[in-house]
Amino acid sequence: MNRYPLWLNLLVAFALLIGVVYTLPNFFGEVPAIQVSPSKSTQKVDADLQQRVEAALKSANIANDGIFLEPLSLKVRFADTDTQLKAKDAVQKVLGEDFVVALNLVSRSPRFLTSIGALPMYLGLDLRGGVHFLLQVDMPSALIKKLDGVASNIRVLLRDKRIGYGSIGREGESVLVKFRDADTRNKGRKEIETANPDLGISEQEQGGEFRLVAALKPEEIKRTQDLALQQNIATLRNRVNELGVAEPIIQQQGADRIVVQLPGVQDTARAKELLGRTASLELRLVEAHAGDPSGRDYDPKKIDEALKGNVPFGTELFIEHRGKTTEPLLLSKNVILTGERLTNAAPSFDQQNNQPIVSVELDGQGARIMRDITREAVKRRMAVLLIEKGKPEVITAPVIQSELGGRFQISGSMSTREANDLALLLRAGSLAAPMDIIEERTVGPSLGADNIRIGFHSTWIGFTAISIFMIAYYQMIGVISVAALAVNVLFLISLLSMLQATLTLPGMAGIALTVGMAIDANVLINERIREELRNGNTPQAAIHAGYERAWGTILDSNITTLIGGLALFAFGSGPVKGFAVVLCLGILTSIFSAVMVSRSIVNLYYGSRRRLERISIGQVWKGGAEKQAKGKA
Amino acid sequence: MEFFRIKHDIPFMRHALVFNVISVITFIIAVGSLATKGLNFGVDFTGGTVMEVHYAQAPDVNRIRDTMGKIGFPDASVQNFGTSLDVLIRLPVKPGLTSAKLSEIVRDELRKEDATAEVRRVEFVGPQVGKELVENGGLALLFVSIGIVAYLAMRFEWKFGLAAIIANLHDVVIILGFFSVFQWEFSLTVLAAVLAILGYSVNESVVVFDRIRENFRKMRSASVTTVIDNAITRTISRTIITHGCTQLMVTSMLVFGGETLHYFALALTIGICFGIYSSVLVASPIVMWLGVSRKDLVKPEKKNEIGAAI
Repeated sequence: MNRYPLWLNLLVAFALLIGVVYTLPNFFGEVPAIQVSPSKSTQKVDADLQQRVEAALKSANIANDGIFLEPLSLKVRFADTDTQLKAKDAVQKVLGEDFVVALNLVSRSPRFLTSIGALPMYLGLDLRGGVHFLLQVDMPSALIKKLDGVASNIRVLLRDKRIGYGSIGREGESVLVKFRDADTRNKGRKEIETANPDLGISEQEQGGEFRLVAALKPEEIKRTQDLALQQNIATLRNRVNELGVAEPIIQQQGADRIVVQLPGVQDTARAKELLGRTASLELRLVEAHAGDPSGRDYDPKKIDEALKGNVPFGTELFIEHRGKTTEPLLLSKNVILTGERLTNAAPSFDQQNNQPIVSVELDGQGARIMRDITREAVKRRMAVLLIEKGKPEVITAPVIQSELGGRFQISGSMSTREANDLALLLRAGSLAAPMDIIEERTVGPSLGADNIRIGFHSTWIGFTAISIFMIAYYQMIGVISVAALAVNVLFLISLLSMLQATLTLPGMAGIALTVGMAIDANVLINERIREELRNGNTPQAAIHAGYERAWGTILDSNITTLIGGLALFAFGSGPVKGFAVVLCLGILTSIFSAVMVSRSIVNLYYGSRRRLERISIGQVWKGGAEKQAKGKA
Repeated sequence: MEFFRIKHDIPFMRHALVFNVISVITFIIAVGSLATKGLNFGVDFTGGTVMEVHYAQAPDVNRIRDTMGKIGFPDASVQNFGTSLDVLIRLPVKPGLTSAKLSEIVRDELRKEDATAEVRRVEFVGPQVGKELVENGGLALLFVSIGIVAYLAMRFEWKFGLAAIIANLHDVVIILGFFSVFQWEFSLTVLAAVLAILGYSVNESVVVFDRIRENFRKMRSASVTTVIDNAITRTISRTIITHGCTQLMVTSMLVFGGETLHYFALALTIGICFGIYSSVLVASPIVMWLGVSRKDLVKPEKKNEIGAAI
């Protein structure tokens, strides 16, 4: 008699139920939707937003297929892509700049499935199309930038405390301060140390000069790098928001890398341009210009000299390009502010003359610095420099009209488009350190769809071939094995859906391979049963012994495969990791389905029969049995 | 149906030396090719750019090659990919032009020639990433090998662990040898297949070893050779059926899986075929030569182990 206790049967039934429920969403396909997510962290996704979106759709007379409020975004489904596009425009108009409205595809599965968290598998970029970038953050230049800031801080500090110094400058990875005598150096050191506890300071004497060498402490270096990375991630997030991508992934990878994945992006050129723009921003005062003769610092002579090569100390010569005209400018080397202090920049219109302007917001420290500098610089000009790939470029150099604070406007004769571009440049310009794209994988949407078809196709054909063979060879037991195999696929897909693990094409190959390997367990069991029958055991005893004895072998062989899968997961990247995840999960589900599920079916079918004459397991050839028995004796 | 009607134990061990000579020769060829020709590493490992371009009508590959030469890539490789409408362009890493701008330049040039050119896939891998992937691949191989030896040593005995890993690394070297001799492209997915095979074919050895252990308990008077021969004979039907089934699936991938899965499936096929051979005819003889004996496995305290004989 082969019977499972009730709780085991219930366990199998329960697992099956869960498997079916979580696999279901994959069969409903996808419908067009819009996804509303906040562009700033201060905005919330709540019932209020839902009401606004509903109202917007109602007033535009657009019917929707369901609105879903999620922690980070609001999704609205539509019947077709035309309505989807119309709805996007309507909602964007109402919500304005604070929210990003992106086109997306969401599962068509019924509400009750979505509400228990049953979602379709999360497809990787190679299956749904999109762009994957790996960006390397240039950490040395982040440190140099920090040290430049330190040098400039020390300069201000020593000047404030009236401590005489020879020169201050960055040399390599440290800041060098020269003093006339040991006494002032001691005083200077004390001041610098109290003001900058994150610096490691040592003294040097060379050629009658008394020097202080200040370097960043290791923990400060690490902090600087972490901050640079976080800042860059934040900036990238802002830039990606401009693109209106539904589910972007922007993550740190390792100490100095950032992964950006933009599913469904068609215009890869634009995405790359936006991400690859490794720009940083600086504000500096104009020391001399040859523009408006009535303006402050009007000094064409100095400009002429500078153009000839005699650039005055402490200044740099830049040429501003505006459309077709160019203007040479002498800028101070002192940086007033960098893009880090900028919190927002948006195009708008001047309320008096209705001209396009850009309104800029600074953070607290930025506002303080700005106030201090501009108090004494009214009517002077301030240049905005965009530094891309180490090449600085003046994007605008407006006149300071009054003392500025945390909020100010950049006006000037610009078109609406120019104002838009400037705002975008200002906003996106605040990268803490330049980045390089070191890996790019782009998959067009049509290729993604092809890949799904191919993966599905080959798995299905392989499965059918295995089923035909198993049923022909093992008959009824074969049918049970195939059922167990199908349950295995069901479990695997439901697990992948439940965990929302990324499914890639190698992952689909992993499903296929798992199916091919999972049958091993059933073959082991079935061959054991046949062998027991061959040795003259009764059918019920053969079933019992077959399962019992095969179990140890199944466990051993699956554990070794699992070791391989875990190694792939640990050391693999991208698509290989996807394969590894499927392989590991597949091994676990196959042990359960091949042993427990098939056993419970066998028990239900054969187990309760008191007099079981034969099992339908194909032909069992007994020619060798006699000999085997002798061998054992 | 019953494929395997074996009356007597097949004396595998008597011919072990012959099989192992074959193994050694194949192995030497593989190592020789790997040493002289090396592997044809894909863009994942070398760095560079790969672009898959789809056309509405079959394009002239030579003309695309000329175009590539014109924009500064005389050493670009251009070939058809799957169908005559798809073209795969491989561009080497170019110092100074590491930025992903490259793919745009190429796309624009191709569009000028034929407006229907549609870039279906771009893969750009920087040289530093490639180097890391090679390192990680090596580490993964090492980790799997150590893990398997350790597990088998714990579950059976160190002789089994050693024999299994020798047999399976022999498979890995032979798969790599095939890729080297025929200069097939060795990509990240092929590496994944190789590592999966390493874990999978150890299965085979494990099944045979399990039987050897069981036989040592049951067949008290039999010699080591008889025990091993009997174990292999009695598991051979399962070995072939299992591998046949897995191969059915892999063949389906090879035929219907398209260009992307082609080499993946190919590596699996070679791995499965050699996996059967090596686990039966390489691993077991090594265990025998390492001098396995009854007392290595049949220990009194292991009486209640799973799968033990009644």
